[in-house]
Amino acid sequence: MSEVAKAPQTLESVTIRFAGDSGDGMQLTGTQFTETSAVMGNDLSTFPDFPSEIRAPAGTLAGVSGFQLQFSSQEVHTHGDAPDVLVAMNPAALKVAVGDLKENGIIIVDRDAFTDKNMNLAGYESDPFSDGSLAAYRVFDIEITKLTLNAIQELGLPQKQAVRCKNFFALGTVYWLFSRELQYTESWIESKFGAKTPSLAKANKLALNAGYNYGLNTHIFPNNYVIAQAPVEKGLYRKVTGNEAVGLGAVTAAELAGVELFLGSYPITPASEILHFLSHQRHLGVKTFQAEDEIAGICSAIGASYAGAAALTTTSGPGLALKTEAMGLATILEIPLVIVNVQRGGPSTGLPTKTEQSDLFQSLFARNGDSPMPVLAATSPGDCFWATIEAFRVALRYMTPVVLLTDGYLAQGSAPWKVPQISELEKIPVEFATDPEGFQPYARNEDLSRPWAIPGTPGMMHRVGGLEKQNITGHVSHDPANHQVMSDLRAEKIRKVQDMIPATEVYGDADAKLAVVGWGGSFGAIRGAVDHLRAQGVKLAHIHPRFLNPLPKDLGEILAGFDRILLPELNMGQLAYVLRANYGIEVARYNKLEGKPFKEAEIVTAIRAQLEEMG
Amino acid sequence: MSNYPIFEPTDPSGLTRKSFVSNQEVRWCPGCGDYAVLASVQKVLPELGIPQEDFVFISGIGCSSRFPYYMETFGMHSIHGRAPAIASGTKAFRPNLNVWVMTGDGDGLSIGGNHLIHAIRRNIGLKIILFNNRIYGLTKGQYSPTSEMGKKSKSSPMGTVDYPFNPISVALGTGGTFVARTMDANPKHMQEVLKAAALHEGTAFVEVLQNCVIFNDGAFTDVTSRQSRGENTLDLVDGKPLLFGNKNEKGIILDKKMRPQVVKVDEVGLENILVHDADNEAMAFMLSHMTIPNHPVPMGVFRSVARPSYEQLLEDQINTAKAKKPNASVQSLLESGYTWRVE
Ligand code: SF4
Repeated sequence: MSEVAKAPQTLESVTIRFAGDSGDGMQLTGTQFTETSAVMGNDLSTFPDFPSEIRAPAGTLAGVSGFQLQFSSQEVHTHGDAPDVLVAMNPAALKVAVGDLKENGIIIVDRDAFTDKNMNLAGYESDPFSDGSLAAYRVFDIEITKLTLNAIQELGLPQKQAVRCKNFFALGTVYWLFSRELQYTESWIESKFGAKTPSLAKANKLALNAGYNYGLNTHIFPNNYVIAQAPVEKGLYRKVTGNEAVGLGAVTAAELAGVELFLGSYPITPASEILHFLSHQRHLGVKTFQAEDEIAGICSAIGASYAGAAALTTTSGPGLALKTEAMGLATILEIPLVIVNVQRGGPSTGLPTKTEQSDLFQSLFARNGDSPMPVLAATSPGDCFWATIEAFRVALRYMTPVVLLTDGYLAQGSAPWKVPQISELEKIPVEFATDPEGFQPYARNEDLSRPWAIPGTPGMMHRVGGLEKQNITGHVSHDPANHQVMSDLRAEKIRKVQDMIPATEVYGDADAKLAVVGWGGSFGAIRGAVDHLRAQGVKLAHIHPRFLNPLPKDLGEILAGFDRILLPELNMGQLAYVLRANYGIEVARYNKLEGKPFKEAEIVTAIRAQLEEMG
Repeated sequence: MSNYPIFEPTDPSGLTRKSFVSNQEVRWCPGCGDYAVLASVQKVLPELGIPQEDFVFISGIGCSSRFPYYMETFGMHSIHGRAPAIASGTKAFRPNLNVWVMTGDGDGLSIGGNHLIHAIRRNIGLKIILFNNRIYGLTKGQYSPTSEMGKKSKSSPMGTVDYPFNPISVALGTGGTFVARTMDANPKHMQEVLKAAALHEGTAFVEVLQNCVIFNDGAFTDVTSRQSRGENTLDLVDGKPLLFGNKNEKGIILDKKMRPQVVKVDEVGLENILVHDADNEAMAFMLSHMTIPNHPVPMGVFRSVARPSYEQLLEDQINTAKAKKPNASVQSLLESGYTWRVE
């Protein structure tokens, strides 16, 4: 150790991307950085980005796995646009990710991975370190593999195992760079490996510390950084992904309703983690049924709902397509059911691991006959919890199937989430019909909702089905006038869901000329962009309706109050179409279909373009 | 806190056939075999000692799928082919319910084939009654997946070129723990089979040879008519020799290639006749392939074995998990995972 290190510099927000081969442990590395930063009090948002092939060939571009996060001393809405720092564990990772990096951004690479073979696999024709292609960045090429092996040499691990510790070396270096504490990751390593493979625990901790000390001692970085705590509400926090939050929300909704939860589902990317999560909750009485296909997934949920369950089915786009016939059945049966669709790139198999918002049409319209159904969308990983509860609240109050839209970005991304107290949440009222006196299966209450009379209830035997029902009695009816009455009732019932939608929030400047309208997972990017511009004195509003069917009562009037509406969507303009159909308004569309979430900067640019046009 | 209503189950001892007749007019064609099944089910249910409100009948689409409307039980006439999937959800969620699936050869073996095989594979406690009339009735006369090869129908004017399913083989092939066949023309036999099915733990699969008088009249006459029944069918009784013929004078043996052969009992001796073993999958499979004209058509229970049901195993898991975490609550779940406190 020579001279005294320079004092760390303070930054407000930093975006880091960890990228490497699928086998390099980048998801784990990113998760560790996230959890440490969370405990250190930063607000943050993450986005893992992995290949759809489980085992793409090592070293290839297709096999690159990435994890990006933004952490900050301020409120964070997205996982960050362009990374400030890229950690690339091999040439392919560098090649895939470098284009996103900020100018003058930091690149940390494992020099040892830049062999001729790997360079070839990544398609590098010349050495990027000497051909000038990285001139715009600050490159730190470190012999990570070699230094890792040196650090843990004493343990005498087999070469293959030893090399695998290199991601902890890289993590250690980045921890030094951003003044992170090592203890959280150390204790994680201990709990993960300590008992079973103490030598691995030791090796990973040594590698982590070696990486940290490398930054501290070598002075290859001119200085390091601190990012202060973000001003967050007091309380207990946890990290949730969107998929976990849906699972937590479903369990909570069932508890609030005093009924038992049943999930019928078929595995599909990127929704499967909800099935995994709920399969682990047997101790709370949660029943999960892994069905033979998507159709059986929803049908089993319908069968359970018929018997009195808080019923859930989970899927992604192509799976929703298969469920549509059964969604029609649930509509005419008028039974409660929540259908969670974690949207991904389409059409067809499309982009299974990439995000999109292109199933709005499918959710609103893809059924035979007039089959209205409430549709709502979640805005952030943590909001998936609240949106799921809301979906159950609607389903159980109005005896209807409900579609909840999330997306691959929310589902896989994570953010800190303040744990609520269930005792403080509003209950979901549920009443089962038990009185045979005058019982009519299709009689309705003031919400136009019909009674829930479940098998096993004495004296309440009755038949339901997919054939048109006679009003009130529920008997099969082909009477033309009755079909009109029933169609009207089904439509009116869903329209009445408006009664429980709170007044639409207009964020920002109510007197702005331009409002940015969005839905679902683009919330963070839009809010970030709007905040960014408002901080520069631009007048702007942001409106982000949760309910997409029915639309809030007040939305049409609110939108009409602005000179112009900008509507960014990760599709070809689906909500824009719906707004025109409902209110006859033409919005300025901003559509992107790249399988990636919006960046704040993209929205900022789109807003600026509108403002310029408006003069 | 649970919102489920609590009540005493009703007393099943006073139930009669009439208790299960709904107020809906039965709308099958006069002479349709479905009537016999309806009457038999209504006869059997009161004998089971199960409260009326615990019966659930779930069907798909097709003539047979109108069944639930005629039963004074809980019922759902659902969508084409999906009844086993819907009923699986009902049964898995509420194992105490007695859940029946009424389906046909088109509904169960064509559009809903996937659900049927997986329900049986799981051994989930459904009573699946498959009305096999070897034709599409409701859509007015196209061939079905059980129509014999070469069948001329509205959609196969030159005869079919697809090989049919054998429903019993399908059910056995998916691991069915109770697999039986009966016919509309023999109510007594049907009632015995249905009763055994109703009391079976796990999936009970029953094929009913059912005559469609309109589109496929007489499809099973050789098997079901009183005149030929003795010669052309063989009653399966567990532990009893495989005998048939008007005077039980014929029996089944295995030849050296393990093929079933029809023999005269007095020529080979009763001791050499195969004895039915309902716990023998290979035998059940062999029997399922016996048909006229070379063999009699076996009727009755091909296979019946005890194996824990899906719903029981699921309940067991839940009880085990609850016992391991007696103090678990939803609040503690919310507070699990990676947590930290901001002071
Ligand atoms: S068409 Fe055939 S199966 Fe259908 S009700 Fe008539 S006779 Fe019965």
